[in-house]
Amino acid sequence: MAKDDKLILGGREFTSRFILGSGKYNPELINAAVEHAGTQMITLAVRRANSKGDGNIIEHIPKGVTLLPNTSGARNAEEAVRIARLARELGCGDFVKIEVIHDSKYLLPDNYETIKATEILAKEGFLVMPYMYPDLNAARALKDAGAVSVMPLAAPIGSNKGLATKEFIQILVDEIDLPIIVDAGIGRPSQACEAMEMGAAAIMANTAIATAGDIPAMAGAFKAAIEAGRAAYLSGLGRVVQRGAVASSPLTGFLEE
Amino acid sequence: MEKRTNHMEYMPGMEIIESDIADKVIAAMESYDYTQYKASDVLRALSKESLYPEDFAALLSPAAEPFLEKMAARAREETRKHFGNAVYLFTPIYISNYCENYCIYCGFNCKNKIKRAKLDFEAIEREMAAIAKTGLEEILILTGESRKMSDVKYIGEACRIAHKYFKNVGIEVYPMNTDEYAYLHECGADFVTVFQETYNSDKYEKLHLAGHKRVFPYRINAQERAIRGGMRGVAFAALLGLDDFRKDAFATGMHAYLIQRKYPHAEISFSCPRLRPIVNNDKINPKDVHERQLLQIMCAYRIFMPFAGMTISTRERAEFRDHVIGLAATKISAGVSTGIGEHSNDEAQGDDQFEIADGRNVDEVFARIREMGLQPVMNDYVLV
Repeated sequence: MAKDDKLILGGREFTSRFILGSGKYNPELINAAVEHAGTQMITLAVRRANSKGDGNIIEHIPKGVTLLPNTSGARNAEEAVRIARLARELGCGDFVKIEVIHDSKYLLPDNYETIKATEILAKEGFLVMPYMYPDLNAARALKDAGAVSVMPLAAPIGSNKGLATKEFIQILVDEIDLPIIVDAGIGRPSQACEAMEMGAAAIMANTAIATAGDIPAMAGAFKAAIEAGRAAYLSGLGRVVQRGAVASSPLTGFLEE
Repeated sequence: MEKRTNHMEYMPGMEIIESDIADKVIAAMESYDYTQYKASDVLRALSKESLYPEDFAALLSPAAEPFLEKMAARAREETRKHFGNAVYLFTPIYISNYCENYCIYCGFNCKNKIKRAKLDFEAIEREMAAIAKTGLEEILILTGESRKMSDVKYIGEACRIAHKYFKNVGIEVYPMNTDEYAYLHECGADFVTVFQETYNSDKYEKLHLAGHKRVFPYRINAQERAIRGGMRGVAFAALLGLDDFRKDAFATGMHAYLIQRKYPHAEISFSCPRLRPIVNNDKINPKDVHERQLLQIMCAYRIFMPFAGMTISTRERAEFRDHVIGLAATKISAGVSTGIGEHSNDEAQGDDQFEIADGRNVDEVFARIREMGLQPVMNDYVLV
């Protein structure tokens, strides 16, 4: 793969295209993600960040890994903004993943409130990465509001159902000039690979690895799958770009005659 | 004997809200005939990805008992999917055991001759500080149900003190009006637990002989008032063993289900208490709700509402508790005293509500959770 193939988020460069999610955290998972999946960005639920004992995730995150604090627990834009500011006070850096969830059953994101929060936080200098339901209009609004990426869900969070929203994610990949990071629902490496082949810029996963029988091995499998998908995308699969000269033009050749 | 009041009639000062949830819960419970379910109904329910009330009814029926292992496997799968390895720790703190109710199964009932006490704010602070030292970050404040001895202002002040020491503050006190819940929310509480005890109103009437708790409809609508008052989460429970436990468990699940549908943002959780012996009556027991039945109920709740929290009480023995965390339960109490003032004193100032069966301290429970391959979590909450 091209050496200069970097993921750029808010002007920062990453060589890894795997982001570790935060729902089902434990120290073993973090070590596996960093060592075996090469992850350079780990999300962090602010609501867990200031906890003592095993719950304090910050203590387990190695230096050099970028923190992506999330606003889980927010039910509307206002709460998301407050949690994001709290993350900044806790020294979590400028990135923030907006999660606004107003549904305790499916945990589906509220795009409307997410756009409002993105607008406010981008103005305050946050590098905003919104978790969203893959809707083209909402994605455009998020871009206009100053998001540095868009994070559409592949399937309900924790469901391991794979690319249930595939067609709509493809539309975002094709239409939105921001890195599209597929978040939630990716249950196996093959699904991560497929999303990368489609042109996703990165994959975020958690449950799939956290609940695997062999966590380090699964982390390694995800790394390989994401790299394979990326290489396939760059090599031209899935998009008709620069395929080289066509030998003949049976249908339109007459125009040259 | 004094004349008993109409338990379906509101007392002065009790807020009446427009809601059809109570009626729907009672109707569902009354039409629930658990003898009509067959093994095939249970297996069909277990084969579904997302369950309807009818499936939940099958899982609670006697027909499901032979499939308890299958139910446990499905429950564990759902728990892992929604909560991963996390097991949340908390402890209850009893700040007053004065009570105006006469509930014949409860140690705090106003006719029971026990040592009564109410902590002043200084003592509450001392207790909170002592509990916080154990490492806990979540607390559940309980009182006996006396509006006179533990009024809303008193409970509010206790919430403010708790908020200094704990990230997460819940209350399990008498049901109150929406504006009172809003006040306690302002004071730092965000979760409300109300046990309905039994959803059979005739039985309820016979068990709650006097006091404001007698008013059945006011209690059943408490969760809804709490959510309207701004609380983030509400917990539901029937005290298993008081009446027909299958019907009560079905009603509890339906109550939670209907509230979640009406208030999709509300965080839902279940408690699964069984009757326990009390001071001056060691004969009280959970009757036909043996551990097997209790586990069946817990698994049914989990499979029906996989995203809901579930607390396992110290009413159960340590070994049972250790096995149900990660399987169906997501939250476990530790370092528990159901008496008054025992966290910062050698001896309780006021007697216990019931006998506990698991007296382990926080470190012991914490270590055990780890041994089970699970992750003890002290806090997963931010007040916004």
